[in-house]
Amino acid sequence: MTEGEQFQPASDHSLLVSFGQQVSLDAHQRVRKLLRLLELKPVPGIRNLHPAYCSLLVEFDPLKLRHAELEAILWSYLGRLETVQLPNPRELEIPTCYGGQFGPDLNDIAALHGMTSAQAIELHASVTYVVYFLGFVPGFAYLGELPQALATPRLASPRRSTPPGSVGIAGNQTGVYPFAVPGGWRLVGRTPVAMFRPDRQNMSFLSIGDQVRFTPISAARFTALENA
Amino acid sequence: MSAIQVQAPGLLTTVQDLGREGFGPIGVSPSGAADPISLRLGNRLVGNVESTAGLEMTLLGGTFLFSQGAILALTGSDFGATLDGATVALGTSFEVAPGQKLRLGSTRSGARSYLCVQGGIAVSPFLGSSSTHILSGLGGFDGRPLREGDLLQIGPATKPFRKRTIGPRLSEHLSSRKILRVTPGPQVDWFSESSLGLFYEATYRVGEQSNRMGLRLEGAPVSPHGGRQMITEGVSLGAIQVPAGGSPIILFVDQQTTGGYPKIANVISADLHRVGQLRPRDEIRFEQVTFEAARSSLIEQEQLLASRESILE
Repeated sequence: MTEGEQFQPASDHSLLVSFGQQVSLDAHQRVRKLLRLLELKPVPGIRNLHPAYCSLLVEFDPLKLRHAELEAILWSYLGRLETVQLPNPRELEIPTCYGGQFGPDLNDIAALHGMTSAQAIELHASVTYVVYFLGFVPGFAYLGELPQALATPRLASPRRSTPPGSVGIAGNQTGVYPFAVPGGWRLVGRTPVAMFRPDRQNMSFLSIGDQVRFTPISAARFTALENA
Repeated sequence: MSAIQVQAPGLLTTVQDLGREGFGPIGVSPSGAADPISLRLGNRLVGNVESTAGLEMTLLGGTFLFSQGAILALTGSDFGATLDGATVALGTSFEVAPGQKLRLGSTRSGARSYLCVQGGIAVSPFLGSSSTHILSGLGGFDGRPLREGDLLQIGPATKPFRKRTIGPRLSEHLSSRKILRVTPGPQVDWFSESSLGLFYEATYRVGEQSNRMGLRLEGAPVSPHGGRQMITEGVSLGAIQVPAGGSPIILFVDQQTTGGYPKIANVISADLHRVGQLRPRDEIRFEQVTFEAARSSLIEQEQLLASRESILE
Protein backbone atom coordinates (compact mmCIF):
# COMPACT_ATOMS: atom_id res chain seq x y z
CA MET A 1 0.00 0.00 0.00
CA THR A 2 1.17 3.51 -0.64
CA GLU A 3 -0.16 6.79 0.63
CA GLY A 4 -2.96 8.52 -1.18
CA GLU A 5 -5.68 5.90 -1.23
CA GLN A 6 -8.91 7.37 0.02
CA PHE A 7 -12.41 6.05 0.45
CA GLN A 8 -15.47 8.18 0.15
CA PRO A 9 -19.12 7.21 0.03
CA ALA A 10 -20.39 8.56 -3.30
CA SER A 11 -24.00 7.51 -2.66
CA ASP A 12 -25.88 5.05 -0.45
CA HIS A 13 -24.97 2.40 -3.03
CA SER A 14 -21.42 3.29 -4.00
CA LEU A 15 -17.94 3.90 -2.66
CA LEU A 16 -15.30 5.93 -4.46
CA VAL A 17 -11.72 4.71 -4.11
CA SER A 18 -9.28 7.50 -5.05
CA PHE A 19 -5.62 7.00 -5.81
CA GLY A 20 -4.55 10.60 -5.41
CA GLN A 21 -5.76 13.67 -7.25
CA GLN A 22 -3.38 13.57 -10.21
CA VAL A 23 -3.60 11.80 -13.52
CA SER A 24 -0.52 9.59 -13.57
CA LEU A 25 0.42 6.24 -15.02
CA ASP A 26 1.29 5.05 -11.53
CA ALA A 27 -2.12 5.90 -10.08
CA HIS A 28 -3.69 4.34 -13.15
CA GLN A 29 -1.73 1.10 -12.67
CA ARG A 30 -3.13 0.88 -9.16
CA VAL A 31 -6.66 1.45 -10.43
CA ARG A 32 -6.15 -1.38 -12.91
CA LYS A 33 -4.67 -3.67 -10.30
CA LEU A 34 -7.58 -3.19 -7.92
CA LEU A 35 -10.01 -3.68 -10.81
CA ARG A 36 -8.23 -6.88 -11.82
CA LEU A 37 -8.21 -8.19 -8.27
CA LEU A 38 -11.93 -7.51 -7.93
CA GLU A 39 -12.58 -9.24 -11.25
CA LEU A 40 -10.53 -12.27 -10.24
CA LYS A 41 -11.99 -12.48 -6.73
CA PRO A 42 -15.42 -10.85 -6.91
CA VAL A 43 -16.93 -9.56 -3.67
CA PRO A 44 -20.54 -10.68 -3.18
CA GLY A 45 -22.80 -7.61 -3.19
CA ILE A 46 -20.67 -5.57 -5.59
CA ARG A 47 -22.77 -4.70 -8.63
CA ASN A 48 -20.52 -2.68 -10.86
CA LEU A 49 -17.08 -1.13 -11.20
CA HIS A 50 -16.24 2.14 -12.91
CA PRO A 51 -12.49 2.65 -13.35
CA ALA A 52 -11.26 6.12 -14.34
CA TYR A 53 -7.93 8.03 -14.43
CA CYS A 54 -7.09 7.74 -10.74
CA SER A 55 -10.20 6.35 -9.10
CA LEU A 56 -12.45 3.32 -9.03
CA LEU A 57 -16.13 3.73 -8.25
CA VAL A 58 -17.54 0.59 -6.66
CA GLU A 59 -21.33 0.24 -6.86
CA PHE A 60 -22.90 -2.24 -4.46
CA ASP A 61 -26.21 -3.58 -3.24
CA PRO A 62 -26.98 -1.61 -0.07
CA LEU A 63 -29.12 -4.50 1.18
CA LYS A 64 -26.03 -6.72 1.22
CA LEU A 65 -23.15 -4.39 2.09
CA ARG A 66 -22.48 -1.27 4.10
CA HIS A 67 -19.80 1.30 3.27
CA ALA A 68 -17.68 0.32 6.29
CA GLU A 69 -17.85 -3.41 5.48
CA LEU A 70 -16.89 -2.82 1.87
CA GLU A 71 -14.10 -0.47 2.94
CA ALA A 72 -12.63 -3.17 5.20
CA ILE A 73 -12.76 -5.71 2.37
CA LEU A 74 -11.16 -3.28 -0.08
CA TRP A 75 -8.35 -2.46 2.36
CA SER A 76 -7.43 -6.14 2.33
CA TYR A 77 -7.51 -6.10 -1.48
CA LEU A 78 -5.31 -2.99 -1.54
CA GLY A 79 -2.85 -4.83 0.71
CA ARG A 80 -2.45 -7.43 -2.03
CA LEU A 81 -2.10 -4.94 -4.88
CA GLU A 82 1.64 -5.50 -5.28
CA THR A 83 1.06 -9.19 -5.95
CA VAL A 84 -1.17 -8.47 -8.96
CA GLN A 85 0.38 -9.15 -12.34
CA LEU A 86 -1.22 -7.05 -15.02
CA PRO A 87 -1.25 -8.78 -18.41
CA ASN A 88 1.18 -7.38 -20.97
CA PRO A 89 -0.60 -4.54 -22.70
CA ARG A 90 -2.06 -5.28 -26.11
CA GLU A 91 -0.72 -3.08 -28.89
CA LEU A 92 -3.42 -1.96 -31.26
CA GLU A 93 -3.58 0.20 -34.33
CA ILE A 94 -6.40 2.47 -35.33
CA PRO A 95 -6.16 3.25 -39.04
CA THR A 96 -7.45 6.79 -39.42
CA CYS A 97 -8.29 8.98 -42.38
CA TYR A 98 -7.51 12.50 -41.19
CA GLY A 99 -9.07 15.80 -42.22
CA GLY A 100 -11.60 16.62 -44.92
CA GLN A 101 -15.17 15.51 -44.24
CA PHE A 102 -13.86 12.95 -41.72
CA GLY A 103 -12.02 15.48 -39.58
CA PRO A 104 -13.94 18.76 -39.89
CA ASP A 105 -12.05 20.40 -36.99
CA LEU A 106 -8.52 19.44 -38.08
CA ASN A 107 -7.75 22.73 -39.87
CA ASP A 108 -9.04 24.81 -36.94
CA ILE A 109 -6.92 22.86 -34.47
CA ALA A 110 -3.82 23.21 -36.64
CA ALA A 111 -4.43 26.96 -37.08
CA LEU A 112 -5.01 27.41 -33.35
CA HIS A 113 -1.62 25.90 -32.60
CA GLY A 114 0.17 27.65 -35.48
CA MET A 115 0.96 24.52 -37.47
CA THR A 116 -0.08 22.98 -40.75
CA SER A 117 -2.71 20.25 -40.89
CA ALA A 118 -0.02 17.81 -41.99
CA GLN A 119 1.99 18.64 -38.87
CA ALA A 120 -1.07 18.18 -36.66
CA ILE A 121 -1.71 14.75 -38.22
CA GLU A 122 1.90 13.76 -37.78
CA LEU A 123 1.82 14.82 -34.15
CA HIS A 124 -1.44 13.01 -33.38
CA ALA A 125 -0.08 9.83 -34.98
CA SER A 126 3.37 10.18 -33.40
CA VAL A 127 2.72 8.83 -29.93
CA THR A 128 1.53 5.63 -28.29
CA TYR A 129 -1.56 6.26 -26.21
CA VAL A 130 -2.77 4.35 -23.16
CA VAL A 131 -6.44 3.43 -22.71
CA TYR A 132 -7.06 4.96 -19.29
CA PHE A 133 -10.64 3.73 -19.12
CA LEU A 134 -13.84 3.30 -21.08
CA GLY A 135 -16.76 5.52 -20.24
CA PHE A 136 -19.46 7.88 -21.50
CA VAL A 137 -21.01 5.29 -23.87
CA PRO A 138 -20.19 1.61 -24.55
CA GLY A 139 -16.71 1.24 -26.04
CA PHE A 140 -15.64 4.90 -25.74
CA ALA A 141 -11.98 4.86 -24.66
CA TYR A 142 -10.26 7.79 -22.98
CA LEU A 143 -6.78 7.82 -24.50
CA GLY A 144 -3.85 9.76 -23.14
CA GLU A 145 -1.81 11.63 -23.32
CA LEU A 146 -2.19 13.79 -26.35
CA PRO A 147 0.99 15.78 -27.17
CA GLN A 148 0.66 19.09 -25.31
CA ALA A 149 1.07 21.03 -28.58
CA LEU A 150 -2.28 19.61 -29.75
CA ALA A 151 -4.26 20.01 -26.53
CA THR A 152 -7.47 21.86 -27.39
CA PRO A 153 -10.61 22.57 -25.36
CA ARG A 154 -13.95 21.00 -26.29
CA LEU A 155 -16.25 22.74 -28.75
CA ALA A 156 -18.26 25.52 -27.10
CA SER A 157 -21.46 23.86 -28.25
CA PRO A 158 -21.43 20.11 -28.83
CA ARG A 159 -22.49 18.55 -32.13
CA ARG A 160 -25.94 17.02 -32.08
CA SER A 161 -24.54 13.88 -33.60
CA THR A 162 -21.02 12.67 -34.24
CA PRO A 163 -20.51 10.00 -36.92
CA PRO A 164 -19.39 6.61 -35.54
CA GLY A 165 -15.63 6.12 -35.85
CA SER A 166 -14.90 9.83 -35.48
CA VAL A 167 -11.55 10.50 -33.82
CA GLY A 168 -11.76 13.47 -31.46
CA ILE A 169 -9.64 15.64 -29.20
CA ALA A 170 -10.66 17.18 -25.86
CA GLY A 171 -8.06 18.82 -23.62
CA ASN A 172 -5.09 16.45 -23.55
CA GLN A 173 -7.23 13.40 -24.34
CA THR A 174 -8.14 11.76 -27.59
CA GLY A 175 -10.78 9.14 -28.31
CA VAL A 176 -13.01 7.49 -30.90
CA TYR A 177 -16.80 7.77 -30.95
CA PRO A 178 -18.31 4.25 -31.20
CA PHE A 179 -21.84 5.49 -31.97
CA ALA A 180 -23.65 8.42 -33.53
CA VAL A 181 -24.04 10.37 -30.30
CA PRO A 182 -23.95 14.06 -29.37
CA GLY A 183 -20.41 15.14 -28.58
CA GLY A 184 -18.18 18.12 -27.94
CA TRP A 185 -14.79 16.66 -28.85
CA ARG A 186 -13.07 18.26 -31.85
CA LEU A 187 -12.93 15.86 -34.76
CA VAL A 188 -9.64 15.29 -36.59
CA GLY A 189 -10.41 12.12 -38.56
CA ARG A 190 -12.35 8.90 -38.77
CA THR A 191 -11.52 5.20 -38.53
CA PRO A 192 -13.31 2.37 -40.35
CA VAL A 193 -12.70 0.09 -37.33
CA ALA A 194 -15.89 -0.60 -35.35
CA MET A 195 -15.21 0.43 -31.75
CA PHE A 196 -18.12 -1.56 -30.34
CA ARG A 197 -19.91 -4.52 -31.89
CA PRO A 198 -22.27 -6.66 -29.83
CA ASP A 199 -21.82 -9.59 -32.25
CA ARG A 200 -18.03 -9.71 -31.75
CA GLN A 201 -16.19 -11.81 -29.13
CA ASN A 202 -14.52 -8.68 -27.75
CA MET A 203 -17.48 -6.33 -28.07
CA SER A 204 -15.30 -3.35 -27.28
CA PHE A 205 -12.33 -2.98 -29.64
CA LEU A 206 -10.34 -1.33 -26.85
CA SER A 207 -9.89 -2.36 -23.22
CA ILE A 208 -8.42 -0.56 -20.24
CA GLY A 209 -4.60 -0.65 -20.36
CA ASP A 210 -4.28 -1.22 -24.12
CA GLN A 211 -1.59 0.71 -26.00
CA VAL A 212 -2.86 2.39 -29.10
CA ARG A 213 -1.41 4.13 -32.14
CA PHE A 214 -3.24 5.98 -34.86
CA THR A 215 -2.03 5.23 -38.40
CA PRO A 216 -2.87 7.75 -41.13
CA ILE A 217 -4.63 6.18 -44.13
CA SER A 218 -6.02 7.53 -47.40
CA ALA A 219 -9.71 7.93 -48.18
CA ALA A 220 -9.41 5.04 -50.64
CA ARG A 221 -7.92 2.79 -47.96
CA PHE A 222 -10.69 3.90 -45.57
CA THR A 223 -13.33 2.77 -48.05
CA ALA A 224 -11.51 -0.50 -48.70
CA LEU A 225 -11.26 -1.28 -44.97
CA GLU A 226 -14.85 -0.23 -44.36
CA ASN A 227 -16.08 -2.68 -46.98
CA ALA A 228 -13.71 -5.45 -45.94
CA MET B 1 -45.75 -18.10 -29.75
CA SER B 2 -48.14 -15.29 -28.95
CA ALA B 3 -47.36 -11.75 -30.08
CA ILE B 4 -48.20 -8.09 -29.59
CA GLN B 5 -48.84 -5.99 -32.65
CA VAL B 6 -47.87 -2.34 -32.18
CA GLN B 7 -50.57 -0.23 -33.85
CA ALA B 8 -49.32 3.01 -32.29
CA PRO B 9 -46.03 3.19 -30.38
CA GLY B 10 -46.76 6.14 -28.10
CA LEU B 11 -44.23 8.89 -27.49
CA LEU B 12 -41.32 6.72 -26.35
CA THR B 13 -41.95 3.06 -25.63
CA THR B 14 -39.05 0.68 -25.01
CA VAL B 15 -38.49 -2.87 -23.81
CA GLN B 16 -36.99 -2.79 -20.30
CA ASP B 17 -36.22 -5.24 -17.55
CA LEU B 18 -34.19 -4.52 -14.41
CA GLY B 19 -31.08 -3.64 -16.42
CA ARG B 20 -27.56 -5.01 -16.75
CA GLU B 21 -24.93 -4.94 -14.04
CA GLY B 22 -21.19 -5.27 -14.16
CA PHE B 23 -20.26 -3.78 -17.51
CA GLY B 24 -18.99 -0.44 -16.24
CA PRO B 25 -15.42 -1.30 -17.33
CA ILE B 26 -16.55 -1.25 -20.99
CA GLY B 27 -18.65 1.88 -20.56
CA VAL B 28 -22.06 0.20 -20.51
CA SER B 29 -24.67 1.83 -18.25
CA PRO B 30 -27.30 -0.20 -16.38
CA SER B 31 -30.41 0.92 -18.31
CA GLY B 32 -33.53 -0.94 -17.13
CA ALA B 33 -36.91 0.37 -16.02
CA ALA B 34 -36.80 4.00 -14.90
CA ASP B 35 -39.33 3.05 -12.21
CA PRO B 36 -38.17 -0.47 -11.38
CA ILE B 37 -40.69 -0.96 -8.57
CA SER B 38 -43.60 -0.55 -11.01
CA LEU B 39 -42.05 -3.09 -13.39
CA ARG B 40 -41.42 -5.57 -10.55
CA LEU B 41 -45.00 -5.27 -9.33
CA GLY B 42 -46.46 -5.52 -12.82
CA ASN B 43 -44.58 -8.76 -13.33
CA ARG B 44 -45.81 -10.17 -10.05
CA LEU B 45 -49.41 -9.29 -10.95
CA VAL B 46 -49.23 -11.42 -14.11
CA GLY B 47 -47.29 -14.27 -12.47
CA ASN B 48 -43.81 -13.51 -13.85
CA VAL B 49 -40.57 -13.25 -11.94
CA GLU B 50 -39.92 -9.61 -11.06
CA SER B 51 -37.09 -9.11 -13.54
CA THR B 52 -39.07 -10.12 -16.66
CA ALA B 53 -38.98 -7.68 -19.58
CA GLY B 54 -42.01 -5.45 -20.11
CA LEU B 55 -42.84 -2.26 -21.99
CA GLU B 56 -42.02 1.15 -20.56
CA MET B 57 -44.18 3.94 -21.95
CA THR B 58 -43.41 7.61 -21.53
CA LEU B 59 -46.02 10.41 -21.14
CA LEU B 60 -48.18 9.06 -23.99
CA GLY B 61 -48.93 5.36 -24.31
CA GLY B 62 -49.44 3.18 -27.37
CA THR B 63 -52.11 1.00 -28.94
CA PHE B 64 -51.51 -2.73 -28.94
CA LEU B 65 -53.38 -5.57 -30.63
CA PHE B 66 -53.29 -9.04 -29.06
CA SER B 67 -54.29 -11.44 -31.81
CA GLN B 68 -53.85 -14.52 -29.61
CA GLY B 69 -54.84 -13.07 -26.22
CA ALA B 70 -52.65 -12.53 -23.14
CA ILE B 71 -52.56 -11.96 -19.39
CA LEU B 72 -51.59 -8.35 -18.67
CA ALA B 73 -51.10 -5.72 -15.99
CA LEU B 74 -50.49 -1.98 -16.11
CA THR B 75 -48.51 -0.30 -13.34
CA GLY B 76 -46.83 3.03 -12.69
CA SER B 77 -48.70 6.10 -13.90
CA ASP B 78 -52.29 6.21 -15.10
CA PHE B 79 -52.35 6.61 -18.89
CA GLY B 80 -56.17 6.15 -19.09
CA ALA B 81 -56.02 2.64 -20.56
CA THR B 82 -59.01 1.05 -22.30
CA LEU B 83 -59.53 -2.48 -23.63
CA ASP B 84 -61.84 -2.36 -26.66
CA GLY B 85 -63.18 0.86 -25.18
CA ALA B 86 -63.74 -0.36 -21.61
CA THR B 87 -61.68 1.19 -18.83
CA VAL B 88 -58.86 -0.96 -17.43
CA ALA B 89 -57.84 -0.64 -13.79
CA LEU B 90 -54.24 0.26 -12.99
CA GLY B 91 -52.37 -2.16 -10.73
CA THR B 92 -54.66 -5.14 -11.39
CA SER B 93 -54.06 -8.13 -13.64
CA PHE B 94 -56.54 -8.69 -16.45
CA GLU B 95 -57.11 -11.10 -19.30
CA VAL B 96 -57.20 -10.12 -22.94
CA ALA B 97 -59.15 -12.26 -25.41
CA PRO B 98 -57.76 -12.94 -28.90
CA GLY B 99 -58.24 -9.92 -31.15
CA GLN B 100 -58.71 -7.38 -28.37
CA LYS B 101 -57.03 -4.02 -28.50
CA LEU B 102 -55.44 -2.15 -25.59
CA ARG B 103 -55.22 1.58 -26.02
CA LEU B 104 -53.38 4.01 -23.75
CA GLY B 105 -53.58 7.79 -23.80
CA SER B 106 -51.68 10.64 -22.16
CA THR B 107 -50.57 10.47 -18.59
CA ARG B 108 -52.89 11.58 -15.84
CA SER B 109 -50.20 11.33 -13.17
CA GLY B 110 -46.45 10.65 -13.56
CA ALA B 111 -44.05 10.12 -16.46
CA ARG B 112 -44.13 6.37 -17.02
CA SER B 113 -46.52 3.47 -17.31
CA TYR B 114 -45.50 -0.19 -17.55
CA LEU B 115 -47.21 -2.93 -19.51
CA CYS B 116 -46.33 -6.39 -18.24
CA VAL B 117 -47.44 -9.57 -19.96
CA GLN B 118 -47.33 -13.11 -18.66
CA GLY B 119 -44.34 -14.75 -20.35
CA GLY B 120 -42.60 -11.40 -20.82
CA ILE B 121 -41.49 -9.60 -23.96
CA ALA B 122 -39.12 -11.95 -25.75
CA VAL B 123 -36.08 -10.25 -27.30
CA SER B 124 -32.52 -11.52 -27.57
CA PRO B 125 -30.62 -10.32 -24.52
CA PHE B 126 -27.59 -8.04 -24.80
CA LEU B 127 -25.07 -8.46 -21.95
CA GLY B 128 -27.57 -10.43 -19.92
CA SER B 129 -30.48 -8.02 -20.13
CA SER B 130 -33.40 -7.23 -22.43
CA SER B 131 -33.24 -3.52 -21.62
CA THR B 132 -32.94 -0.94 -24.38
CA HIS B 133 -30.08 1.59 -24.26
CA ILE B 134 -31.44 4.19 -26.64
CA LEU B 135 -28.33 6.32 -27.20
CA SER B 136 -26.13 3.44 -28.37
CA GLY B 137 -28.96 1.53 -30.03
CA LEU B 138 -28.19 -1.64 -28.06
CA GLY B 139 -30.49 -4.13 -26.34
CA GLY B 140 -34.27 -4.37 -26.28
CA PHE B 141 -36.22 -4.53 -29.53
CA ASP B 142 -33.68 -3.73 -32.27
CA GLY B 143 -32.01 -1.31 -29.86
CA ARG B 144 -34.70 1.30 -30.39
CA PRO B 145 -38.06 2.64 -29.22
CA LEU B 146 -41.07 0.83 -30.72
CA ARG B 147 -42.57 1.88 -34.04
CA GLU B 148 -45.94 1.35 -35.63
CA GLY B 149 -46.11 -2.13 -37.15
CA ASP B 150 -43.57 -3.77 -34.83
CA LEU B 151 -44.45 -7.31 -33.81
CA LEU B 152 -43.28 -8.24 -30.31
CA GLN B 153 -43.03 -11.89 -29.37
CA ILE B 154 -44.40 -12.94 -25.99
CA GLY B 155 -42.49 -15.60 -24.06
CA PRO B 156 -44.14 -18.89 -23.02
CA ALA B 157 -47.15 -18.24 -20.76
CA THR B 158 -48.35 -21.37 -19.00
CA LYS B 159 -50.01 -20.21 -15.79
CA PRO B 160 -53.79 -19.80 -15.46
CA PHE B 161 -55.14 -16.27 -15.03
CA ARG B 162 -55.43 -15.06 -11.45
CA LYS B 163 -56.75 -11.69 -10.53
CA ARG B 164 -54.20 -9.87 -8.42
CA THR B 165 -54.16 -6.26 -7.23
CA ILE B 166 -51.54 -4.05 -5.61
CA GLY B 167 -52.45 -3.65 -1.91
CA PRO B 168 -53.60 -0.23 -0.61
CA ARG B 169 -50.65 0.32 1.71
CA LEU B 170 -48.15 -0.24 -1.09
CA SER B 171 -50.20 1.90 -3.50
CA GLU B 172 -50.13 4.70 -0.95
CA HIS B 173 -46.38 4.31 -0.52
CA LEU B 174 -45.85 4.55 -4.28
CA SER B 175 -48.05 7.62 -4.75
CA SER B 176 -46.31 10.70 -6.02
CA ARG B 177 -44.02 12.62 -3.69
CA LYS B 178 -42.09 15.63 -4.86
CA ILE B 179 -39.34 15.61 -2.27
CA LEU B 180 -36.33 13.54 -3.23
CA ARG B 181 -34.11 12.36 -0.41
CA VAL B 182 -30.39 12.60 -1.09
CA THR B 183 -27.03 11.91 0.55
CA PRO B 184 -23.98 14.17 0.08
CA GLY B 185 -22.10 13.70 -3.21
CA PRO B 186 -18.35 13.04 -3.47
CA GLN B 187 -17.60 16.70 -4.27
CA VAL B 188 -20.01 18.24 -1.74
CA ASP B 189 -17.12 20.20 -0.17
CA TRP B 190 -16.62 22.01 -3.48
CA PHE B 191 -19.80 23.94 -2.73
CA SER B 192 -20.06 26.81 -0.25
CA GLU B 193 -22.42 26.73 2.73
CA SER B 194 -24.63 29.27 0.99
CA SER B 195 -24.74 27.21 -2.23
CA LEU B 196 -25.69 24.13 -0.24
CA GLY B 197 -28.30 26.11 1.68
CA LEU B 198 -29.79 27.24 -1.59
CA PHE B 199 -29.77 23.73 -3.02
CA TYR B 200 -31.83 22.37 -0.14
CA GLU B 201 -34.22 25.33 0.09
CA ALA B 202 -34.89 25.83 -3.60
CA THR B 203 -37.65 24.31 -5.68
CA TYR B 204 -36.34 22.92 -8.96
CA ARG B 205 -38.33 22.36 -12.12
CA VAL B 206 -37.64 19.33 -14.30
CA GLY B 207 -36.49 20.62 -17.71
CA GLU B 208 -38.04 19.71 -21.06
CA GLN B 209 -34.82 18.06 -22.29
CA SER B 210 -34.86 15.46 -19.54
CA ASN B 211 -34.69 11.83 -20.58
CA ARG B 212 -33.48 8.44 -19.41
CA MET B 213 -29.87 9.66 -19.43
CA GLY B 214 -30.48 12.54 -17.11
CA LEU B 215 -32.98 15.03 -15.72
CA ARG B 216 -32.01 18.64 -16.23
CA LEU B 217 -33.19 20.88 -13.42
CA GLU B 218 -34.10 24.54 -13.66
CA GLY B 219 -34.00 26.79 -10.63
CA ALA B 220 -31.46 28.29 -8.26
CA PRO B 221 -27.99 27.81 -9.79
CA VAL B 222 -25.41 26.37 -7.36
CA SER B 223 -21.92 26.99 -8.62
CA PRO B 224 -18.98 25.14 -7.14
CA HIS B 225 -15.95 27.15 -5.98
CA GLY B 226 -13.81 28.20 -8.89
CA GLY B 227 -10.28 27.10 -9.56
CA ARG B 228 -10.55 23.37 -8.95
CA GLN B 229 -10.03 21.04 -11.84
CA MET B 230 -12.22 17.97 -11.74
CA ILE B 231 -10.66 14.71 -12.94
CA THR B 232 -13.19 12.51 -14.73
CA GLU B 233 -14.40 9.70 -12.47
CA GLY B 234 -17.13 7.05 -12.31
CA VAL B 235 -20.65 8.27 -11.59
CA SER B 236 -23.35 6.56 -9.54
CA LEU B 237 -26.95 6.08 -10.53
CA GLY B 238 -28.87 9.10 -9.24
CA ALA B 239 -25.79 11.34 -8.94
CA ILE B 240 -26.60 15.06 -9.08
CA GLN B 241 -23.84 16.73 -11.05
CA VAL B 242 -23.43 20.46 -11.45
CA PRO B 243 -21.91 21.70 -14.74
CA ALA B 244 -20.34 25.15 -15.06
CA GLY B 245 -23.67 26.93 -15.53
CA GLY B 246 -24.80 25.76 -12.08
CA SER B 247 -27.99 23.96 -13.18
CA PRO B 248 -28.01 20.49 -11.58
CA ILE B 249 -28.52 17.31 -13.60
CA ILE B 250 -29.71 14.03 -12.06
CA LEU B 251 -27.88 11.22 -13.87
CA PHE B 252 -30.27 8.39 -14.58
CA VAL B 253 -30.58 4.82 -15.87
CA ASP B 254 -29.13 5.37 -19.37
CA GLN B 255 -26.44 7.65 -17.89
CA GLN B 256 -22.90 8.13 -19.05
CA THR B 257 -20.78 5.85 -16.85
CA THR B 258 -18.12 8.47 -16.09
CA GLY B 259 -18.28 12.23 -15.79
CA GLY B 260 -16.18 15.31 -15.23
CA TYR B 261 -18.51 17.59 -13.26
CA PRO B 262 -18.63 17.89 -9.46
CA LYS B 263 -21.48 16.03 -7.78
CA ILE B 264 -23.28 17.84 -5.00
CA ALA B 265 -25.56 15.01 -3.88
CA ASN B 266 -26.98 11.61 -4.85
CA VAL B 267 -30.60 10.47 -4.77
CA ILE B 268 -31.05 7.63 -2.25
CA SER B 269 -31.78 4.14 -3.58
CA ALA B 270 -35.27 4.09 -2.03
CA ASP B 271 -36.27 7.19 -4.04
CA LEU B 272 -34.77 6.30 -7.46
CA HIS B 273 -38.11 4.89 -8.63
CA ARG B 274 -39.69 8.29 -7.93
CA VAL B 275 -37.18 9.95 -10.28
CA GLY B 276 -38.54 7.66 -12.99
CA GLN B 277 -41.99 9.16 -12.56
CA LEU B 278 -40.94 12.83 -12.80
CA ARG B 279 -42.32 14.68 -15.81
CA PRO B 280 -40.94 17.78 -17.49
CA ARG B 281 -42.14 20.87 -15.56
CA ASP B 282 -42.69 18.90 -12.34
CA GLU B 283 -41.38 20.75 -9.32
CA ILE B 284 -39.18 19.00 -6.80
CA ARG B 285 -37.13 19.71 -3.70
CA PHE B 286 -34.22 17.91 -2.09
CA GLU B 287 -33.93 16.74 1.48
CA GLN B 288 -30.64 15.54 2.89
CA VAL B 289 -30.58 12.33 4.95
CA THR B 290 -27.75 10.26 6.43
CA PHE B 291 -26.39 7.15 4.74
CA GLU B 292 -27.85 5.10 7.61
CA ALA B 293 -31.31 6.64 7.13
CA ALA B 294 -31.06 6.01 3.38
CA ARG B 295 -30.32 2.35 4.02
CA SER B 296 -33.17 2.01 6.54
CA SER B 297 -35.61 3.53 4.02
CA LEU B 298 -34.55 1.01 1.41
CA ILE B 299 -34.88 -1.91 3.83
CA GLU B 300 -38.37 -0.71 4.88
CA GLN B 301 -39.40 -0.33 1.26
CA GLU B 302 -38.19 -3.82 0.39
CA GLN B 303 -40.00 -5.24 3.43
CA LEU B 304 -43.20 -3.58 2.29
CA LEU B 305 -42.71 -5.01 -1.22
CA ALA B 306 -42.10 -8.49 0.20
CA SER B 307 -44.99 -8.37 2.66
CA ARG B 308 -48.07 -10.51 2.19
CA GLU B 309 -50.28 -7.43 1.84
CA SER B 310 -48.30 -6.00 -1.08
CA ILE B 311 -50.24 -8.00 -3.67
CA LEU B 312 -53.83 -9.10 -2.95
CA GLU B 313 -55.35 -12.14 -4.66
